[in-house]
Amino acid sequence: MLARRIIPCLDVRNGRVVKGKQFKDIIDVDAPEVLGKFYSDQGADELVFYDITASSDERKTSLEFVKKVADVINIPFSVGGGVSKIEDFTDILRKGADKVSVNSSAVKNPELIKQASEKFGAQCVVLSIDAKKNDKESWSVYVKGGRENSGLDAVEWAVRGVELGAGEIVVNSIDEDGMKRGYDIELLQAITSRVRVPVIASGGAGEMVHFRDAVLQADVDGILAASVFHFGEISIQDLKAYLKSEGIEIR
Amino acid sequence: MHVIVDYGLGNLNSVQKGFERVGLETVVTDDLQKIKNAKSIILPGVGAFRDAIERLKKLEMFDLIIKEAKKGKPIIGICLGMQLLYDKSYEYGEYKGLGLMKGEIKKMEISLKVPHMGWNSLKFNKNEDPILKYISEGEYVYYVHSYYADGMDKEQWIATSDYEITIPGIVRNENIYGIQFHPEKSGMTGHKILEAYKELII
Repeated sequence: MLARRIIPCLDVRNGRVVKGKQFKDIIDVDAPEVLGKFYSDQGADELVFYDITASSDERKTSLEFVKKVADVINIPFSVGGGVSKIEDFTDILRKGADKVSVNSSAVKNPELIKQASEKFGAQCVVLSIDAKKNDKESWSVYVKGGRENSGLDAVEWAVRGVELGAGEIVVNSIDEDGMKRGYDIELLQAITSRVRVPVIASGGAGEMVHFRDAVLQADVDGILAASVFHFGEISIQDLKAYLKSEGIEIR
Repeated sequence: MHVIVDYGLGNLNSVQKGFERVGLETVVTDDLQKIKNAKSIILPGVGAFRDAIERLKKLEMFDLIIKEAKKGKPIIGICLGMQLLYDKSYEYGEYKGLGLMKGEIKKMEISLKVPHMGWNSLKFNKNEDPILKYISEGEYVYYVHSYYADGMDKEQWIATSDYEITIPGIVRNENIYGIQFHPEKSGMTGHKILEAYKELII
């Protein structure tokens, strides 16, 4: 059977990995290939790079990091951020990424998922969803870095994304992001019970038990986290040993 | 010289880097003469079976690879490249493969999620096979596929993974190896598999 995946997420700006706490105090950390290799050696099962470079002109240069990462790491990785057309998929996959993730641009143009899936295969297309609880006891999809409510229902959008050809769904909880009190289990359950592709939990990790709960309570295939790894609060080795001891299949 | 056959599908860079990391220099080529003169042939691939076979035929590589295989040249097929080694495939129709392995490529008809994507553990069928030399049973490798080799000849199974059905992970027919998962993406385990393979062919 498949092992649950532990996935560190790295933000890249102008070709460099940066970190910050809730978008504040952003500092330059290292080159993506150096940090990527570090996490891969620590036992990460997969890596996610989000390019947060502001302008699209600069992003083209920034994306040169993808090839450097592909040259030095030997685990799968995905790249997202600013992907809005089929040419972006071609470019990123040619540079050696295994998957490409789309977010706001897919909300604006759902056909992008279909086109990419038909051209490169569903396994290359990741739909990343930023979800926030609304007053109707469900979750809305937010776009533009979580600033704008798209009006879409998060669970329905996940289902639609899979119908269009997405091979994996990353669910980011805006409510829990940076709160360190655990993943949004209800949201994840609502999505894993409706789709037949891998679902990755994102947003809310603070302690090792949160990773366990996301797997055992919401049956997610992978667990993504950023700051707990970057600030050394949880080591991947310790986390994997703990999850194994809890009876979860881990590589 | 060891060649990675370039028939115009997919990114061959990561496969080449994977071999480079274990110290095997390879040449990515579509040159028939180079393939003919090569010490060993690496057949990679992502995408659909039909497109791959059509391209191999168009580039006149189809018969050449079969001929070189029959001469005893080491050949390794990776992912779709492994599936191409089989007699035939049912992906989007019915297509004839290279016929170097016994069996057929079929869609996984199972209740688990398809594609079979992620890290799965290996069970050894042939402990003594040299390609397993540096790894232990139970180590994990990275798979991404929706079709699998329904190998009729279990004697050819070197290592398998369970995913409701038995997925042949590494297969072998004398000088020909096939690997369904991506050794170049399988961390240290994949690295050790490529290392053992390198020692077999140099």
